[in-house]
Amino acid sequence: MDLIADRGRRVTVEELNTTRLLAHARKQAHQRSLDDIVIVDVDAHHYENENYDEFLPYMENDVLRQLTISGRRKSRQGIMPTQVGYQDMGGRVTRYPMRGTEKTEGGLRDVQLGYRWMDAMSVDYSCLFPTGMLNIGLHPQKEMEAELCWAYNRWLTEKVLPEANGRFYSMLCLPFNDPEAAMRHVETFGDRKHVGGFMVTTVRSHMAVYDNAYMKLYRAMEERGLVLSFHSGPNWGEPIYRSCNRFMAAHALGFSWYNVLHCTNWIVNGMGERFPKLPVIWIESGLAWVPFLMQRLDHEYMLRPSEAPLLKKKPSDYMRDMYYSSQPMEIQDHEAMECTFRMMNAETQLLYASDYPHWDFDLPSTVWDLPFLSEKAKHNILGGTAARLFKLPPRNEKQKENLRKFGNLTAAAA
Amino acid sequence: MAEKFVAKLSEFKDGDRRIVFIGDNEIGVFRHEGEYYAYSNFCLHQGGPACEGLTIAKVEERLRPDKTSMGLFFSENEMHFVCPWHGMEYDMRTGECVADRRMKLKKYKTLQKGEDLYVVA
Repeated sequence: MDLIADRGRRVTVEELNTTRLLAHARKQAHQRSLDDIVIVDVDAHHYENENYDEFLPYMENDVLRQLTISGRRKSRQGIMPTQVGYQDMGGRVTRYPMRGTEKTEGGLRDVQLGYRWMDAMSVDYSCLFPTGMLNIGLHPQKEMEAELCWAYNRWLTEKVLPEANGRFYSMLCLPFNDPEAAMRHVETFGDRKHVGGFMVTTVRSHMAVYDNAYMKLYRAMEERGLVLSFHSGPNWGEPIYRSCNRFMAAHALGFSWYNVLHCTNWIVNGMGERFPKLPVIWIESGLAWVPFLMQRLDHEYMLRPSEAPLLKKKPSDYMRDMYYSSQPMEIQDHEAMECTFRMMNAETQLLYASDYPHWDFDLPSTVWDLPFLSEKAKHNILGGTAARLFKLPPRNEKQKENLRKFGNLTAAAA
Repeated sequence: MAEKFVAKLSEFKDGDRRIVFIGDNEIGVFRHEGEYYAYSNFCLHQGGPACEGLTIAKVEERLRPDKTSMGLFFSENEMHFVCPWHGMEYDMRTGECVADRRMKLKKYKTLQKGEDLYVVA
């Protein structure tokens, strides 16, 4: 196929081959002996819209299922809320326009593609998230949100995850606009194999994480030892971003903003005191927002503690009790990053994430090559901490030795 | 310094590229407007195959004398090549990263011998 750039050149490529595209990642992994380390990617994606035929039939309501399936044989753009955006940079990130040309053989395509990039990067386990469904919180019908989440979660847990030889797990999409439906998801899917927890998409027009309606949901997850995660995203259509005339502005601000907003509400309402054993992960907002929010909230709290009466320590202390995914790491200023790592206790709270195949993915080497990290911190961030959280065992003897060396083996293999 | 065969000149058209492997090293060789350019194929960002993506003209924002914007345009005279991993753009003529021109891909000399093109590494 020809990739055509207006005012540029044609790039003729027969087909996308992820293994070949990521050959340099494999080289990096080999040079650093990364196969000897358990590497857990807490945020990777597939394109669930390519599998609508597989999972829409799992919708329970006959009428809503009819609305999504019927009459959309050629294009199903109307099922899921969509956004304006240019993730592929006008074709510059070639795996977007070429995605359809990649050949797979037998079995589930999403699993095969996953193995290719995971093996290239030396990733042992990936938490698989959808792509288009990250906008599910913008759906105008909460019952349709619940139905689509239900169908996707059934398909994922019954068809996809079981075929991945344990290398994929997931934190399943919660229909957060409907607390009762969300509770049913936790009760139904929470104990299934390869389910490590549940994920809330944070791009929503109204979301109050402290609402009383969610308390039994959080308690149910805490009791089951599940992880709650918040996956951020952009929303160029939101009124506050309408002044942004470039995608990079809406993207840079949006991904951090929604987690800044919900993390703030989570903290000032004392959720860390209410559910001290519920692990919480803030996903895909980068890291630079963390020291900003710590300083901002600590400053306000010192003067206005009466507005956050459930807190028994500073907001930044609660932030250090929670977890953060690493991608996209703002690697331009190592001194700033070192400060960020120190403030967030990265050695125990930071979790490597690739976000592959999305445009701003990070390789494990982005963590491994940081000059200020101890060996223990590198091992923990790349996978040791996540292996503990999600109980993921080592895949070879070297990995077992390394998990033991840094105190992660017992919890990981439990 | 070794000379590594790249291509027959007659088979290397304007707009073409070749990736040359020398041991573990990889060099991307471009022909652009009759000139040959050769750079390291390892992106300065995360090590992606810097020379294996799209070639696309520089995007410019043109301003009127009163500083109002006329909008975005493709440059008529500056060509970029783009790392396909994350979209990092490089100046075809210099190998500079266009977002920070202090960062440059290693540049290699090319050599024409008769009908053959070589890269010197």
